[in-house]
Amino acid sequence: MTVVERPRLAHVGRPVARRDAGEKLRGQAQFVGDLVLRRMLQGKVLRSPLAHARVVSIDTRAAEEMPGVACVLTGADTADLDPYWGHAIKDRPIVAIDRVRFAGEPVAAVAAEDEATATAAVNAIEVEYEELPVVGTVDDAIAPDATLLHEGPVRPGLFHGLGELPPRDGNVCYRYAIGRGEPESHFARAELVVEGEYTFPAVYQYAMETHTVVAHVERDELTVWSTCQHPFLVRAELADLFAVPLANVRLIVPYLGGGFGSKSYTKMEPLTVALARKARRPVRIQNTVDESMVTTRRHGMNCRMRTAMTGDGRLLAREVDCWFDTGAYADNGPRVTATGGDAAPGPYRWDAYRVDARCVYTNTSPAGSYRAFGATHLQWIGESQIDELARRAGLDPLDVRRENLCRPGEELRAGGKPLDADLVGDVEQVAAVIGWGEPKREHVGRGVSVGLLAAGAHPVSTAIVRLEADGQVTVLVGTTEVGQGPRTAFAQIAAEELGVDVERVTVRGADTRFTPYDRSTGASRSTTIAGLAVQRAAIHVREQLEGIAGHAGLDAATYPDLFRQHFGLAGGELIGRGGVAPTGSGSYAEGPVFWEVCVGAAEVELEPETGMVHVRRTATAADVGRAINPQLVERQDEGATLQGLGNALFEEMVFEDGLLLNDSLLEYRVPSFEDLPDEMTCVIVENEDGPGPYGAKGCGEGALAAIPAAVVNALADAGVPMNELPLTPERVWRRIQTLKEEGTWPR
Amino acid sequence: MTVELRLNGKEIRDEVAPERLLLDYLREDHGLTGAKRSCEVQVCGTCTVLVDGLPVSSCCTIVADVDGRDVLTIEGLADLPEFERFERAFVDHAALQCGFCTGGMLLTIKSLLDGDELTNVGEIRRCLAGNICRCTGYRGIVEAVAELAGVVA
Repeated sequence: MTVVERPRLAHVGRPVARRDAGEKLRGQAQFVGDLVLRRMLQGKVLRSPLAHARVVSIDTRAAEEMPGVACVLTGADTADLDPYWGHAIKDRPIVAIDRVRFAGEPVAAVAAEDEATATAAVNAIEVEYEELPVVGTVDDAIAPDATLLHEGPVRPGLFHGLGELPPRDGNVCYRYAIGRGEPESHFARAELVVEGEYTFPAVYQYAMETHTVVAHVERDELTVWSTCQHPFLVRAELADLFAVPLANVRLIVPYLGGGFGSKSYTKMEPLTVALARKARRPVRIQNTVDESMVTTRRHGMNCRMRTAMTGDGRLLAREVDCWFDTGAYADNGPRVTATGGDAAPGPYRWDAYRVDARCVYTNTSPAGSYRAFGATHLQWIGESQIDELARRAGLDPLDVRRENLCRPGEELRAGGKPLDADLVGDVEQVAAVIGWGEPKREHVGRGVSVGLLAAGAHPVSTAIVRLEADGQVTVLVGTTEVGQGPRTAFAQIAAEELGVDVERVTVRGADTRFTPYDRSTGASRSTTIAGLAVQRAAIHVREQLEGIAGHAGLDAATYPDLFRQHFGLAGGELIGRGGVAPTGSGSYAEGPVFWEVCVGAAEVELEPETGMVHVRRTATAADVGRAINPQLVERQDEGATLQGLGNALFEEMVFEDGLLLNDSLLEYRVPSFEDLPDEMTCVIVENEDGPGPYGAKGCGEGALAAIPAAVVNALADAGVPMNELPLTPERVWRRIQTLKEEGTWPR
Repeated sequence: MTVELRLNGKEIRDEVAPERLLLDYLREDHGLTGAKRSCEVQVCGTCTVLVDGLPVSSCCTIVADVDGRDVLTIEGLADLPEFERFERAFVDHAALQCGFCTGGMLLTIKSLLDGDELTNVGEIRRCLAGNICRCTGYRGIVEAVAELAGVVA
């Protein structure tokens, strides 16, 4: 055992109270929907009731004549712009132009004095549609005679990060293929091969605060308050769309009421800005839940996978083909597909593998980011095959993982970052928590799962730290507070480097006019990358103080004297700059910034008569390098665990011919207090092996990928292997009946 | 129509449209934005306020129905002496993240504590199932409420 010599830290590594708790507990925290501007209008969107249609005509006269209506926006109002947007692929008009491609697509929008008037006006708009064939599923989309959703050249977006985009290939939006060696030869002679077809459902992120935007356009200046996670990327897309300089677009992001990826990149901002531009007054658009459900979602996916192993437990090869349903527009589908492709082989030592991942356009609502995307889709499939191979070989699934998991420093993907975590140690810890190897009663099963998520996105962040004459510190950083706690973590980091109390540090929200550039808030990147920028900015301030003092090792009590000494009066300000930029070309191919660990374990109890799966115990490994705030780390893993249980057990958006059938929280169930496992444990692992401040690396997503996989493996251990999520009682019960017919139940 | 109610301890008399929703009335007419709109079908609990001490979904309640009654919002709870205990428990157990559900959650908890309904952890989970939190995974909230209710988590 190595003993790590740690510097003594005063604030980092401690369960410091959330800096935003007081405001939030008192109902004083400001969200976009709480904002009221003078002369602000309410916007309402007319959405297509059809999944695929030609828009023959739109008659807005009755709506425009209604008292209280300021204006009605249609595609004709965007004729002076190049109105197509999309950070990955510019495939999406601000408001429908001649055609709608999903039920829920904006066809027109109204700005009115109040919401009731806006709603009445929306209902007064008459649209004539000519229905087109509906491409409702991935299978429909890739059929040889499929109707094409998009035509013409593929137009790359500003932030696709995908290298050279190939020409259009039918309804395939993006394809990501990786491989090594020749899997075919291994399958031909392997003693054990498991193969199967799997489906993963579309899922709704349900950030409780729906997408909300307030926009104000004055001349060529755009001011936008938005529930967005990535203000700088939205700023760039708006500047591009409305043809104004970057600095003329101001994005302001107060507290966000959850995000989980649903507020990543651009969503409702172009439409709201276009409406405000026409109205010449501030406009607010606030989605209802059913509107947010069709604004973005998690991709449904079909997958074919096979895995080969020797009889004594050495993994040989894996082949994966998967098709992600990205809906009518790309949104973040290409990145989801690539991340899924990277996750598909799993963190094992293969002789050969081949992965071919595609995302496909269909006439359903667009799909984008949701916490641990790609990894959540693939990990349960790959890990269930590892367990099935272990069962057939008569081996302990944990031993198969010990034998085959990559070790720290080993190459995972050709040219990519080598493994930066101790996965064997992680999985052994979570297995121990759920009582691995202990006797268990009938219908109880246990499972573990191991995976990796390419994390960090693009490593560009900057921060400014201001030290005032009274010893107060302000951190300016573009990271958004979605609930995950960056304002608290950054305050701890700045306090640590400047030797001041955490209470003296204030971290405010993003305002692109004042906060410096931060690429995005997602991909578990903020503590690691923006946190490093904050640390560097704070060190920069400290160096200036040391310069004034002429020596290091300063006590914060001396700062006021140093200010007087330097500025000649009790005023002035010291400003520190910190930045992180990629080394090399910074492309995803060289990445990721770090591999986020997705390791979990579950113990379930099955009720065979009903198919009910009860989750008794879960454990996740938060392999964070260094926990800046261990309490917030635990809470991140617990939140991800509950979302993982929702994804595993009951969450599913049901589409029929492109129409969403369960578009309310009555029919789409998310986990409640009653879905808590009997025991839920987060094991924090601190090996100081991350690229962030104090050896930190990101967390908060891995558990969501790990938990469905662990639950699926636990249920298989209890006798019911499944190839379809969610594990609803009906599905599990039906599977048990099939197993009975096959003579394999009870096992 | 005219309504008279007690709002956060103050007697109020207002003219409102008969169909005016309590949530809009609180947020727009009184600037009490701590109650939030989300599911609009009484599942999520983020719009919860207390009417005569009992939790109510303000997004599905008309102002006319609280005529003559006592309404407490999170802003009103924050002014009560007992709020300090709530705050301490929620901070100590990191029982909040984005904060969007927190106001409604605290009001439901107050109502349950006032009714002495939380006698064990199972009851806490069952009684709070009408308030969704998508961020925390619930454990911190259960711990905080167990402490407030004096039961073992």
